[in-house]
Amino acid sequence: MLTLEQFLTLAAILFSIGLYGALTKKNIIIVLVSVEMMLSAVNINLLAFSRYGFVPSINGQVFTLFAMVIAACEVAVGLAILISLYRNRNTTDVRDQDLMKW
Amino acid sequence: MVEGFALTGQSVAFFLISLFVIACGVMVLSLRKVIYMAIALGGVFIGLAGIYILLEAEFLAFIQVLLYAGAITIMLLFAIMLTRHDDVDAEEKITAHPVWSAIGAAAIGLIVLYVLKFSGVRWPEPIESPWAGKNNVNLIGESLFSQYVVPFELVSVVIIVALVGAITLANTGEEEK
Repeated sequence: MLTLEQFLTLAAILFSIGLYGALTKKNIIIVLVSVEMMLSAVNINLLAFSRYGFVPSINGQVFTLFAMVIAACEVAVGLAILISLYRNRNTTDVRDQDLMKW
Repeated sequence: MVEGFALTGQSVAFFLISLFVIACGVMVLSLRKVIYMAIALGGVFIGLAGIYILLEAEFLAFIQVLLYAGAITIMLLFAIMLTRHDDVDAEEKITAHPVWSAIGAAAIGLIVLYVLKFSGVRWPEPIESPWAGKNNVNLIGESLFSQYVVPFELVSVVIIVALVGAITLANTGEEEK
């Protein structure tokens, strides 16, 4: 039988991969992709606790559903901002987006 | 409860799917072309749908395939195509930045793994399915439309506002002339 720790370990590994990608990648789209991977790791945690946690209940799945909807909104708005930035500055490099750099 | 890893069908499936997910995640980091990275991300999302099925969240597994592996991956591919799609990660000399990022990410991962394994937290014993014989979609629907009906309506408003905002942001405004 599967245990809670196995799922939490997988989520921790996936979160670390996403964190490394978000910190090092040059392309804005890939940074967004890495953030999505971190969000998915959190979703695994919610589902694992809702199935194998101290108080098993369906609430974790409903919460994951909400998290997915918000993630979809985030991707839509993020890509719109990205298209707008590309149109104005003609680059997708993170290091070039320094308009508000102090 | 069993000690160590019992070799059941569930655990074999779990390890294979986990291996697939982590391999695709590493490919997202290591591939050179941006378009390949986005396709590897599709692999991560499909593998995660398998993990959700192992967690007895069948409805969310289908939503994961439809929404993430279908819609979001395709939308990312569109965005890559609309911007500079021949982009490759430039070969540069290593500065301190990726090294510190690797140290930070590895440190966070190791801290979480340490807490999981060695901190003496007593995790709950694995139990039989709490939803045996019940329909997953029914359970989610009842919960969503009774207990969580106000958040459900709010999240509907949020997604409409976000999509209209996305169209407004990406619009050039040229057709108004």
